[in-house]
Amino acid sequence: MNGSQIVIDALKQEGVETLFGYPGGVVIPIFDALFKEKELNVILNRHEQAAVHGADGYARSTGKVGVALVTSGPGATNAITGIATAKLDSVPIVVISGQVKNGFIGTDGFQEVDMSGMTRTISKHNYLVNDIADLPKAMKEAFHIARTGRPGPVSIDIPVDVLISVLEDYKYPEEVKLPGYKPTIKGNPKQIKKLADTIQAAEKPLFYTGGGIVAAGAEKELLTVVEKTNIPFVTTLMGLGTSDVDHPLFLGMPGMHGRYAANHAMMQCDLLIAVGARFDDRVTGDLSRFAPKATIAHIDIDPAEIGKNIQTEIPVVGDAKHVLKELGKTLKARPANGWCKAVTAWRDETPLSYSQKPNKDLAPQHVIERISELSKDDAIIVTDVGQHQMFAALYYQHKSPRCFLSSGGLGTMGYGLPAAMGASLAYPKRQVIGIIGDGGFQMNIQELATCAINNIPVKAIILNNQYLGMVRQWQDLFWNKRYSKVCLKQTPNCPPNCQGPNPDCPEVYRPDFVKVAEANGVKGLRASNVEELDTVLKEGFAHPGPVVIECIVRKEENVYPMVPGGKPIDEILLGPEKEEA
Amino acid sequence: MKTKHTIRLKVLNTVGVMARITGLISQRGYNIDSIMSTPTEIPEIYSVHLVLTETEDKIEQISKQLNKLVDVVKVTDISHNKNYIVREFIMVKISTSKNRTDLLQLIDLFRAKVLDLATNYVVISLTGSPRKIKRFIEAVQPFGIQELDRSGEFAVLDV
Repeated sequence: MNGSQIVIDALKQEGVETLFGYPGGVVIPIFDALFKEKELNVILNRHEQAAVHGADGYARSTGKVGVALVTSGPGATNAITGIATAKLDSVPIVVISGQVKNGFIGTDGFQEVDMSGMTRTISKHNYLVNDIADLPKAMKEAFHIARTGRPGPVSIDIPVDVLISVLEDYKYPEEVKLPGYKPTIKGNPKQIKKLADTIQAAEKPLFYTGGGIVAAGAEKELLTVVEKTNIPFVTTLMGLGTSDVDHPLFLGMPGMHGRYAANHAMMQCDLLIAVGARFDDRVTGDLSRFAPKATIAHIDIDPAEIGKNIQTEIPVVGDAKHVLKELGKTLKARPANGWCKAVTAWRDETPLSYSQKPNKDLAPQHVIERISELSKDDAIIVTDVGQHQMFAALYYQHKSPRCFLSSGGLGTMGYGLPAAMGASLAYPKRQVIGIIGDGGFQMNIQELATCAINNIPVKAIILNNQYLGMVRQWQDLFWNKRYSKVCLKQTPNCPPNCQGPNPDCPEVYRPDFVKVAEANGVKGLRASNVEELDTVLKEGFAHPGPVVIECIVRKEENVYPMVPGGKPIDEILLGPEKEEA
Repeated sequence: MKTKHTIRLKVLNTVGVMARITGLISQRGYNIDSIMSTPTEIPEIYSVHLVLTETEDKIEQISKQLNKLVDVVKVTDISHNKNYIVREFIMVKISTSKNRTDLLQLIDLFRAKVLDLATNYVVISLTGSPRKIKRFIEAVQPFGIQELDRSGEFAVLDV
């Protein structure tokens, strides 16, 4: 077998069904080996970043390893954003890139970049396979490392001469030997006992859970623990869907755009038990004033996360599923105490609110609520990054895990459409809905053609406010409304110091998303008011193929609740309506 | 409080392992005092000795991050561990123009080795504990150090 055939065989041995790729000079041998391929579904994206996000969406929705294949040089650099996105959110993907031939490495050859150097800090691990004898082992290890422990992206860079050279007596390795890589799965029983005792003694305990619960598939174990002990819990953006939003002990998402009850509970608890969450600055706000009364316990499979941002009194290294299962056995049942009743009452007293008048512009929150109402129960929601992402996080009725895919850590605009495409390829029969801003949609808009040609039935819903809304919101709140370069309608004729929509605004928004959809062979729909919204959502959801639904929403709506950067998370702006009332 | 820490790593002898280690440390915003990578009795394992001046918290975080590297097999902070014998090797070129006799006496006292003796300078080598090396450098400083090269600290487990 030659190197290319070994790569393909390894993918099959690892159970890969779908491959996202883009050819180029040095990877012609791999694509040649795929020429008559029937088992693998090879999707030709229109940009390498989208190929990697596709693999990411596939991986987040299934829990399996997503795979992308790109060429050297610009193919590799285009893949970088996708790899970093997967790293920050711990998503298992393998990215295979071609490299110039061994003798050319280091000579600034045509389409040469140092891929292993570039991916060093943005991947979980990477390989530069200089010798075909090392290729089977590298493939085996890459998949193992990507999916085990704390999952993450692995990059494999293969020079073209390795792809065409032949390995006699090739055999795919059955096991990996990695003396430096042994993730701790089982939690230390003494630490679990200590945690259980601390929980029993705590008056105001709170669970703070994140993407680690989803990665470990530990939702049931978590719910068993909280229900047995009546301890309320909050869930980060990456963990949304861990439970139904209506769970009686669930306080919502905490953080910069977190719910009032979730943030106040974090600030007032006496024991904070983090599980698979990493005390990110978007969650904690001012770290020095975060959870001042709390003893911190932290369950995480990655020991380096424990104590990284906050001093931890009770560390438990291990897989969330295993540790929570053991913890559940150790803990004694306890009834809802005063604290539990108080925080759940805060939640009930502070519902999210916005205004939607019947004949006025659409509120983005209303659009999310209607999507939530009209979508199927097992729909997968994929967002881009910005205001719409936070609206979707807050207003969508999340029901189950792996149904809300969003670039949390890196905050990558352009993620939404290709990741939705990846999720839809993983689950062709399920409804996959992209909720995307008008800015981010244009960052990977070319994937509409990929969706159309392959009949990938993504429902891409654009919340068009004609602004780069999240930056505009910061400019509105913290920069004296100096809307510098955030208006997507702004022309050279506009006054440079424009401070918001006015009667002189240009009438036309470019591009016309409905026409772009149609030009790509995708159904295009538009809604500008409440009545049209329901009509087009129903029509779009009923359509068997891909659809773009453009919703023209209020231009200057802000996301609330909001904690200004650098403030403690109980200093919450609740929005104009709330503050007046 | 920042103190000096010597971290000893056992790593797989793979292409780029040193780049991973140094890259990780600079990426996280720390500075390396010295680093030394050498073969061990096992061909595929290399020994790396890193010296960093940082607070305990940061050293712990760095050690954990280093441990996460797939090619790193073991990380030990040996700074305050009496089970290790720590040594450093130095070579120094010192001016002999001031007080040659006193200098040669000092060299003898520290059991340093004279590698070359020219008309106006002496080149010596010395192996010793970090404390001994520190004391020696302090002692010869007034004579005029023209060049100083140090191996960085390295250690072996003595149990």
